[in-house]
Amino acid sequence: MSTEGVTKIPKDQIQTIVATDCGSTTTKAILIEKRDGEYRLIVRGEAPTTVEAPFEDVTMGVRNAVTEVEELSGKTLLAPEGVIRPRASDEKGADVYLSTSSAGGGLQMMVAGVVKTMTAESAERAALGAGAIVMDAISVDDGRLPHQKISRIRQLRPDMILLSGGVDGGTIAHVSQIAELIAAADPRPRLGIGFQLPVIFAGNKDARGHVRDTLGESLDLRLVDNIRPVLEEEVLEPAREEIHNLFMEHVMAQAPGYNKLMGWTDAPIMPTPGAVGLGIQNVAKQYKMEVLGVDIGGATTDVFSVFAGTFNRTVSANLGMSYSICNVLLETGLDSISRWLPMSVSEEALRSRIRNKMIRPTTIPHSLEELVVEQALAREALRLAFEHHKTLATGLKGIRQARDMGDTFDQKVSGATLVNMMTLGMILGSGGVLSHAPRRVQSALMMLDAFQPEGVTRLAVDSIFMMPQLGVLATVHPEASAQVFDRDCLVCLGSSIAPVPQEGIRMENLRDSTPVKVTLTMPDGTERVETLGFGEIRLIPLEEGSVAQAHVEPGRRWDVGEGTGRAMDVEVEGGIVGLIIDARGRPVFLEKEEADRRKQIRNWIEALDIYPMDALMKYIEEGRAV
Amino acid sequence: MAHAYTPGLKVSNREVVRKTRRLPIKGEVTVEVGDMVQPHDVVAKTEIPGDPVSVNISQLLTVEPYELPDVVTVKEGETVEKGQVIARKISFFGLFKSEQMSPVDGTVEMISDVSGQMVLREPPTPLDVEAYVEGIVRRVLPEEGVVVETAGAFIQGIFGIGGERRGAIKVVASSPDERIEPSALDASCEGKIVVVGSVATAGILRRAEEVGVVGLVSGGIVDADLIDYLGYDIGVAITGHEDIPLTLIITEGFGPMRIADKTFELLQELEGQEASLNGATQIRAGVMRPEIISPDASMLEQLRDAPEDVDTEDEDESGGLGVGTPIRIIRDPYFGALAEVTGLPPELQVVESETRVRVLNARLADGTEVMVPRANVEIIEG
Repeated sequence: MSTEGVTKIPKDQIQTIVATDCGSTTTKAILIEKRDGEYRLIVRGEAPTTVEAPFEDVTMGVRNAVTEVEELSGKTLLAPEGVIRPRASDEKGADVYLSTSSAGGGLQMMVAGVVKTMTAESAERAALGAGAIVMDAISVDDGRLPHQKISRIRQLRPDMILLSGGVDGGTIAHVSQIAELIAAADPRPRLGIGFQLPVIFAGNKDARGHVRDTLGESLDLRLVDNIRPVLEEEVLEPAREEIHNLFMEHVMAQAPGYNKLMGWTDAPIMPTPGAVGLGIQNVAKQYKMEVLGVDIGGATTDVFSVFAGTFNRTVSANLGMSYSICNVLLETGLDSISRWLPMSVSEEALRSRIRNKMIRPTTIPHSLEELVVEQALAREALRLAFEHHKTLATGLKGIRQARDMGDTFDQKVSGATLVNMMTLGMILGSGGVLSHAPRRVQSALMMLDAFQPEGVTRLAVDSIFMMPQLGVLATVHPEASAQVFDRDCLVCLGSSIAPVPQEGIRMENLRDSTPVKVTLTMPDGTERVETLGFGEIRLIPLEEGSVAQAHVEPGRRWDVGEGTGRAMDVEVEGGIVGLIIDARGRPVFLEKEEADRRKQIRNWIEALDIYPMDALMKYIEEGRAV
Repeated sequence: MAHAYTPGLKVSNREVVRKTRRLPIKGEVTVEVGDMVQPHDVVAKTEIPGDPVSVNISQLLTVEPYELPDVVTVKEGETVEKGQVIARKISFFGLFKSEQMSPVDGTVEMISDVSGQMVLREPPTPLDVEAYVEGIVRRVLPEEGVVVETAGAFIQGIFGIGGERRGAIKVVASSPDERIEPSALDASCEGKIVVVGSVATAGILRRAEEVGVVGLVSGGIVDADLIDYLGYDIGVAITGHEDIPLTLIITEGFGPMRIADKTFELLQELEGQEASLNGATQIRAGVMRPEIISPDASMLEQLRDAPEDVDTEDEDESGGLGVGTPIRIIRDPYFGALAEVTGLPPELQVVESETRVRVLNARLADGTEVMVPRANVEIIEG
């Protein structure tokens, strides 16, 4: 991303940073200051977002959120023309002001390419990585007839279109065909009646002339480098940068009050998920590990990952905990939700309960029973979003791979998922249901159940969802962003050790096995041996900031990362929750009989102290229908 | 500033409501500021460009795209009729001939010698936007639409399906928690907005369709009945475009739910009155709730004389919570209960789920004192 227009103050003189994130419902402001040589979060403030009627001016919400920061910090940060810069004194003004935004529905895009699994998929990755919601991906071979494609394009009303297709020097006929369909559909932008819809062409260079003739007159056409110049290579950055530019020029410029806000900031306003993506990539660099990030909101769930050095983001636009909660039910089915419940369920009451959450999205669980149901739903929403992510976070499809003799017995197909749960180093969760769970151990177990990490994995949550602001800050001042992330944003829950059964073995046959024995040398030098039977889960207290040495010995048909039956020595990080040893199998083995399964779930709840057992038993014993 | 509670749904017999009536693309506004309009009056119109139809000539006649100029028999901009020859290939010195006919009536928009396809466009279709409510045109949005202001009874529901409709109100249920049988709907309900009590079952919805009901109002609906009637499940709460012959508005929530007394009494008062209703619901930023609007003649008279700049938006900020405010609890364990606020402790409290939240104390209708999260109540708006 361009850092043009960024404050000219030398980095080492930057003392005070204000950053806001204008979300669809809430605008969040943070104040960061350099104290004793370190950047730290000082205070945060929030206020309702004011993009919609009756306010229709995003800066009102920004002012309200920054006002709260002023009140809490005792500083003066606002003037009529925005956040005060340059800083007049320690008590007045800031050195840098930045913002991200997902208000007004965020950035909504349509992408198009020639081949569904190749250029269209690359275009989708480019758009998602830039922080967009992809409304549809159109391609020559997507199975729809031309008139169906045209009517779909007409119906969509995206903020912009990304068109790709063809390798440089290849045929231009197919990409031209898609361009002509777009021209025929004459698509309209979502915002601003009468404005020209931006279209980014990132396909075969030789097709530029024809694409210009076809689309240049009626649409706002931009040309960038091909995202697939050759089949074996994917170049997403130029397209992503143009998406960010257009987001500022078009989408933001059409949204109420953004022209004013754009004048306030020292760097371009970024789409919130784009900024979070940058943040996650920085985490992977900072900690030198593979990272999986997830943000579960009311309407959508974003999943970010860095595996084998490749960043990917997906957004499940209709999986969330309030507005889209019924879609979670629709996609996963009632049985998949109730399998995580320790009590019996009346289908009708549970369905009504989920629907009532949808129509009254701002309510919060009052009774324990409500919390248990909500967290069961969260597991499924996270699981589905992750499944979706695995299908897009892949190597390039449809390409020939060079092989040598050593690869003969390792016939990997092209386009296999990059997601590898065994090499994954950290899971970072955010969003209300994970960040604000009454007990932190609940967040840990929700993530273990939904993602099922293997081997040794760190678990963390974003304390107050600062990732957007820290992501955009990283473009201006990476050190400040990294320091605040490490000290104030990340809440370390702890680590998990999860052995995986040998491939092809039925888990029923492992009932009598001992999946793992862990010998821990605790920070105080004491030794502790934990041996777990199949289906067990155990919590070992290990404080935040402390590290234990673990000698992990998997059972005969189990693997913890070194191969079946092979022991390994590893350092495990502590956290607010501690160390969780999870011997429930992968995938987690759930009993088939309902009564057995409920008992199994209760045992896990008890082992990890997930819920207050006395209150929970009241619901179970009363046999109350949920 | 921040509300820690859900703004209540409006239920009022005297409300000024503004409705923005907007075209999807630019067009012509057919009324002027100050005009009095009826629900079915057209206030703006436009022509939606016809559907484009692409014909892949190159593939159909097995010619290379660059050969298109030699085989097409029409020009860009030309009008064609369905069945008319638009391309002809002659081979072997005229021995073989293959032709491609136009699949539609329309005009030739594009002939591409790069992709080998021809795009035909069907004739445009006119689109009218109606006033939807009886009222006065308050503002003209040039080339886009108008703002119509009306006044009278205004009832917001919590969830609905089906679009804009109009009819007279008929209350069939004798009490707000009655569960009526489908047979209670008869020929007298034709063209009416019918209030059916605590629950609209799939049977009631089907019966309503049979007798020609235009709108149904109930306290709740059971999820399975909604799926049964629609034939599919609604995943995301964006409704209003369902292909159904009537509009359903639920006032309280999912499951059988007693209609709030105030709502039921107002509907009874409106018996026989004409009303506009819309089931469209959108529960995201820019919340849209289903509504019933029944204009009042004397209030409309006053509107006509009112100065234009009086701001009477229907999204007025509500007064906020205070001791004595009537509320409805909108989540278990007291879901649906009506209560009165008795205290607003400022400190965060821990509730049974161990969540630390801002709470309020309230007295339920039976006198019980309870503590509930502020986020789980809505003010009963007047």
